[in-house]
Amino acid sequence: MKKNWWKALTVILLLYVAVAGLLVPVPRLAILNESIRNLYFHVPMWFGMTAILIASVYYSVRYLRTPTAEFDIKAHEAARTGILMGCVGLVTGSIWARYTWGAWWTNDPKLNGAAVAMLIYGAYLVLRSSFTDEQQRARVSSIYNIFAFAVAMPLFYVLPRLTDSLHPGAGGNPAFARYDLDSDMRLVFYPAVIGWTLLAFWVAQLATRISVLKLKVYEKQIA
Amino acid sequence: MKSKLRSPAPGALIRKGLLLLLALLLPVWQALAQQAPGGQPEMAEAMRQNGKIYVVVVVIVVVLAGLLLFLISLDRKLSRLEKEVRDE
Repeated sequence: MKKNWWKALTVILLLYVAVAGLLVPVPRLAILNESIRNLYFHVPMWFGMTAILIASVYYSVRYLRTPTAEFDIKAHEAARTGILMGCVGLVTGSIWARYTWGAWWTNDPKLNGAAVAMLIYGAYLVLRSSFTDEQQRARVSSIYNIFAFAVAMPLFYVLPRLTDSLHPGAGGNPAFARYDLDSDMRLVFYPAVIGWTLLAFWVAQLATRISVLKLKVYEKQIA
Repeated sequence: MKSKLRSPAPGALIRKGLLLLLALLLPVWQALAQQAPGGQPEMAEAMRQNGKIYVVVVVIVVVLAGLLLFLISLDRKLSRLEKEVRDE
């Protein structure tokens, strides 16, 4: 329990977000209406993805400094979790766009940037599966992972701000200023970001432990 | 070192969890009690009046709780397996 307190926190925060996210009053805005509540579910996906991808890059760098199978597994599973969250973020964003902007997809710099970034991370998975030698796979995919992060982050957070965009947090808009002024929303939004981010780390940790176990069992069979 | 850290009784843990939940919910309570101003953009008032939004909340909470319980049980199973592999 000493080590797993953050998992209990994840459960409490997410249950709180599910209840408060639907019931706490939100600003009355035309077009957005109740869909403003998506802020508690769509946006934390991207926060969680960014956090877990940072963890992934961290383990990739550590792998390149001291090549052990464990660092490779951690980097890989973190990246996979990040890709999952990014995909969920794209889909939820698309649904939200359909009912507020009127189209499933618009050629918006924020949207296209996110899509291209996800494709770059998709290539990471393809690249990994194309090696048969484990050390070569680990080394090359570590390097690619660092490159992917360095390209993806400007695509998510820098380039969309340089042009006009429908998406909040792009086109020169400060990210949350419009909604964040509302203190009721802040009471749900910040716990939501923390809760979903912790969930990403929990899932990644479970996936890592399964892979490490698999490796250990495999090594025992060989020995 | 590790044996010294006795895990607290389950009762104390649940109490701590409930206190944390309370600490999160209390600031929101007041906001819930506020009246909705009229003549403004349309919101889901009818759902709330009929009490049906709470049905949705309960359904989502059940789904989420199911998923989280699955994660917890997966976590425990993994811990047991890890211990087995270590002890072998």
